[in-house]
Amino acid sequence: MAHYDSVLDTIGNTPLVEISELSPNPRVRVLIKLEGVNPGGSVKDRAAKCMIEEAEKNGSLGPGQRILESSSGNTAAGLAMIARVKGYPFTVVVPENVSVERTKLLLAFGAEIISSPAAEGSNGAMRRAQALAKEHPDWFFSYQYGNPANPKAHYEGTGPEIWRDCPEVTHFVTGLGTAGTIIGVGRFLKERNPSVSIWAVQPPVGETVEGLKSLDEGFIPPVFTDNDGYELVDRSRVVGPRESIEWSRRLTEVGIFAGISTGAAMAGVAKCAKEIDEGTIVTVSPDGGWKYLSTDVWTGDIDAVVERARHELYF
Amino acid sequence: MVIGKVGFGSATSLGRACGTLGGAVTVEVRLPNILRPMAAGEPIVNAEGDSLREVFDDLVRQYPALRSSLLTPDGEMHRHLNVFVNDDDVRYLGKLDAKVGDADTVTLMPAVAGG
Repeated sequence: MAHYDSVLDTIGNTPLVEISELSPNPRVRVLIKLEGVNPGGSVKDRAAKCMIEEAEKNGSLGPGQRILESSSGNTAAGLAMIARVKGYPFTVVVPENVSVERTKLLLAFGAEIISSPAAEGSNGAMRRAQALAKEHPDWFFSYQYGNPANPKAHYEGTGPEIWRDCPEVTHFVTGLGTAGTIIGVGRFLKERNPSVSIWAVQPPVGETVEGLKSLDEGFIPPVFTDNDGYELVDRSRVVGPRESIEWSRRLTEVGIFAGISTGAAMAGVAKCAKEIDEGTIVTVSPDGGWKYLSTDVWTGDIDAVVERARHELYF
Repeated sequence: MVIGKVGFGSATSLGRACGTLGGAVTVEVRLPNILRPMAAGEPIVNAEGDSLREVFDDLVRQYPALRSSLLTPDGEMHRHLNVFVNDDDVRYLGKLDAKVGDADTVTLMPAVAGG
């Protein structure tokens, strides 16, 4: 094991693990990249580090300047951790219905938390952060949904790591949030091998937490649209909460304790594996399960857990 | 991101029970909260058509108030409307030309942020 000068140097270079024993098709291999081993606990450490370092380089972030973001948890944790190490104050708008572990983690790293209404979802948190950014032009608003450094982190990190570790990849299947992972990795892999198929996995929008008054308030991340996401992505499947939770539980059979977005990604992998004759699927586990223990995802009655998923932000 | 009450793959709809009528395919269409007031408050409605375009045309015929939420003035899909045939996003299946079959469920969802 190498010696690292800073914990920030341990971000990335995550393990890619073969879990083909969970593949529903014996002719399809499945490998999963475990991003939960990043020091802030998720794949979002990559984007957080890249957004901060790019801002430092281009002068939009300087010593002592406050960083602002909206996040349902993982980007916030990555930014909070890095901001703490680098000495930046950090304010984050978080929907009030995220799991308690996430807010406590942010407080541990010294973040200032502003809660946004549960009923407004991630969209509401983002709108509040945008308003705060206007009120405080001296703050650095990292804006993960539109910051080119977000997909850049994956184009320069996650993508090359997957290609290095598994050049035989035929399908890349990943969850869709800010679209940073799918844009960055997808573009890198397509440049290396245009026949690699890129599949997006979307969790359904909760009926009680969709937070919109009309469709016109909907939102597609500029990271997706500015980077020709519709052309890059080959297929997009939506997965339900029950299958996501079931897959989160199944992953423990191979020793992987991962968050519910990993279960959702695996539900998408299973659909892909059933549809193709043969191939090698690579997917991403965005985070570990630790921040979701209070939700009883692994231990509770599954009907009760699915019902609770209607009201709590699990991703 | 948010996960919610959408239950894919259930097969207990009136649409399925009706089956084909005069050769046209009947599908079940699931509406999000924000579109239900434009469809008499119904969470699930039935529509006929062999393609998504025909299904939308039938929906608009039944519930004219839905039109501006489904389609742009130019007749394209609304930018912030995600449409799934069963669990497959139609933006990658030919959009309005996506084919639908008799046992299919069409699910409409607003595009929202995650992360």
